[in-house]
Amino acid sequence: MSLELEFDDGREVFATEEMTLNMGPQHPSTHGVLRFIIRADGEVMRSAKADVGYLHRSIEKIAEKVGWHGFMPYTDRVDYVAAMTTNQAWAIAAEALGGVTVPRRGEYCRVIAAELGRICSHLLAAGAMGMDIGAITPFTHAVRERELINDLLEELCGARLTFNYMRIGGVAWDLPPGFDAKVLRFLNHFEPYVDELDDLLSNNKIYIERLANVAVVSRERAIAYCLVGPNLRASGVRYDIRKHLPYSVYPEFDFEVPIGTGRHGSVGDCWDRYIVRLDEMRQSARILRQALEGLPEGPVIAKVPRNYKPAAGEVHVHVETPRGDQSWYVVADGTEYPYRVHIRTGSFAAMSIIEELSRGLMVADLVALIASFDIVAPEVDR
Amino acid sequence: MRAYLDAVAAGYPSTSPALVYLLGMLAFGALVVFVFILPVAGITSWVERRVWARIQSRIGPNRVGPGGFLQWLADGLKNLLKEDVIPAAVDVPMFRLAPYVVVAGFCAAFVALPFAGSLIIADLNIGILYISAITSLVVIGILMAGWSSNNKWSMLGGIRSATQIICYEIPVGLSIFPAVLLSGTLSMQGIVAAQGWAPTSWHMFHSPFAFVAFVMFFVGALAEGNRTPFDLPEADSELVAGFATEYSGMRSLLFFLAEWGNLYVIGVLVSTLFMGGWQVPHFTDNAVVLTVAQFATMFLKAYFWVFVAMWVRATLPRVRVDQFMTLCWKYMVPIGLVNVIGAATVMVLLPDGSIVLRLIMVTVAVAILVQFARRVLFHLHRADYGRLGRIGEGAA
Repeated sequence: MSLELEFDDGREVFATEEMTLNMGPQHPSTHGVLRFIIRADGEVMRSAKADVGYLHRSIEKIAEKVGWHGFMPYTDRVDYVAAMTTNQAWAIAAEALGGVTVPRRGEYCRVIAAELGRICSHLLAAGAMGMDIGAITPFTHAVRERELINDLLEELCGARLTFNYMRIGGVAWDLPPGFDAKVLRFLNHFEPYVDELDDLLSNNKIYIERLANVAVVSRERAIAYCLVGPNLRASGVRYDIRKHLPYSVYPEFDFEVPIGTGRHGSVGDCWDRYIVRLDEMRQSARILRQALEGLPEGPVIAKVPRNYKPAAGEVHVHVETPRGDQSWYVVADGTEYPYRVHIRTGSFAAMSIIEELSRGLMVADLVALIASFDIVAPEVDR
Repeated sequence: MRAYLDAVAAGYPSTSPALVYLLGMLAFGALVVFVFILPVAGITSWVERRVWARIQSRIGPNRVGPGGFLQWLADGLKNLLKEDVIPAAVDVPMFRLAPYVVVAGFCAAFVALPFAGSLIIADLNIGILYISAITSLVVIGILMAGWSSNNKWSMLGGIRSATQIICYEIPVGLSIFPAVLLSGTLSMQGIVAAQGWAPTSWHMFHSPFAFVAFVMFFVGALAEGNRTPFDLPEADSELVAGFATEYSGMRSLLFFLAEWGNLYVIGVLVSTLFMGGWQVPHFTDNAVVLTVAQFATMFLKAYFWVFVAMWVRATLPRVRVDQFMTLCWKYMVPIGLVNVIGAATVMVLLPDGSIVLRLIMVTVAVAILVQFARRVLFHLHRADYGRLGRIGEGAA
């Protein structure tokens, strides 16, 4: 919402001085080292300009120096909140260049890991959203559930955050014995929890008032600004890479793509972006159940030479990460090092629209806006 | 108190009685501050952290002393020993003074708070007026802190706090009126004396208007005490730490001491104005036992509201500045005005009150509480985390 500071004929009601506020790089709710330059009149923003680059670690350049296999751990750091999906993106790109086929069990392991990672990331997003609005309890509850997934993933690959689980040609390790039963047990516990989060946070009157009709992104603007993933779907565009440019074994699963409905305000407001993530967690749980049920036998990794040298060529792959369509453009020149890697990430796509949306919002709304886009600063800068 | 000082003054005829009074009052004030206010504020900080932790599926501070009980002492000691950082570009005198103004404002409120029938520092005949005036001193300190910090986030926090107190003084004042009308006095002891120990004789159950006033008073007091959902001045996700951003060590702790202490003041005020204060049945003639019972009653009633405030803080998100203003000016102020007239009308129509109306109101209140408790138990039951074993052990 915006405050009217002018009469209809354009005269200003108050002659007030504009203030430049510097939000970040160290600020509790910029979700990492991210900076916004806010021009504000009191608490009402004229504009908030994102200043990115504080977390740039040249990950794309590193790829050119460490080689195909060696780059896998670095992909964890592109988006450390959902490292499994970036792992997968790099693996798919490298496999496409080298013509490697992943065994079916390997693909299933990838899907299970990636969907667990997606739930993990969305839990953090939903909890952090609550915390940015001022409710701390939903965050600790969400992190408590996330811990359970972290335990599962630790059992799977030995790490809790930067997994380095996938390999070119498959995954590093098969599922440990009894893993599927544990995941099922977790899902039985987790699915009712999402409803609990609804009770605690989503349907809270103050929460709805803070988010509904705030920073509405219309369908057209969302497409024009290349928003991806949940941010795009919240604006009512049903577009999910898993469904519409399928990769891995996703076509074998039956799941829906939730979109924003504007239940409490207009389609594409902050509340819609939040609730789409909650709905996606339910769909991820559905995919996980199907994947565990249809888990095929066999090897989890294809025979891939240690000295991997894909033929010269280029490839552009899309992977649906929790922050949306992550597209990797990889050029190979026939050597053991990639010639060029470029990653386009969901958070980076969301940064450009913030300046337009922030006009007339209050400083407190900017916090909600950043949280609703689920910005992860390292993913913005790479 | 006065009689005792008179006796002391008579014992030292060569000294001016005024000096004896001054020293005596100072000594007594220091006693109250160190024996009661500081421990209550400090222990409240520990209780709040434990209650929060419980609600949030955490453990909370449990290392220092039994159940972490001495955590508040450890924190106080740590903060006293910490370096007192004063940033280079701040307005130093104002920056240094601000925490003391805040603490002075909050401690001064204790002067007129009734602890028991015979325990009150000064039963001013304008008690409640004095308290609502002196607690506003806190905002001056916060505004000083925000302004002198030379930090835009601090300044926004300070300004927000000032706005908040200025706005909410009005609905809080309006919701005090019915209680004052019912008692016919502004004196805190007078207000308590006008009620009885039974819920049916509490002011909050006198008429629906009085009950609305009670709810409005609690909401308004939360807003004045900078508590969630109105913790805008120190909104950590928006303003870093608001007015306290640049403060460190003991100075920063003093702000929070005032905040936690203010919780208790809010609790005492709610209990005094609407819930019968320290009133207990006259079960014994022993004055000491009676005073202890009264003190315990008052303390428990006040602490109940402290607990509710903690619960609210752990549950609700924060409102936005404009919504906060809307709530005040578009809802609470008009409701408060109508409410005062309504309460006065009921008093004219039923000069002695109506026991039937009181009984109906108590019954309704009990029914609401029971239903609420059932809802809470339902959620506790559903939460059943036993399925996964201890949370820390994960899914294994």
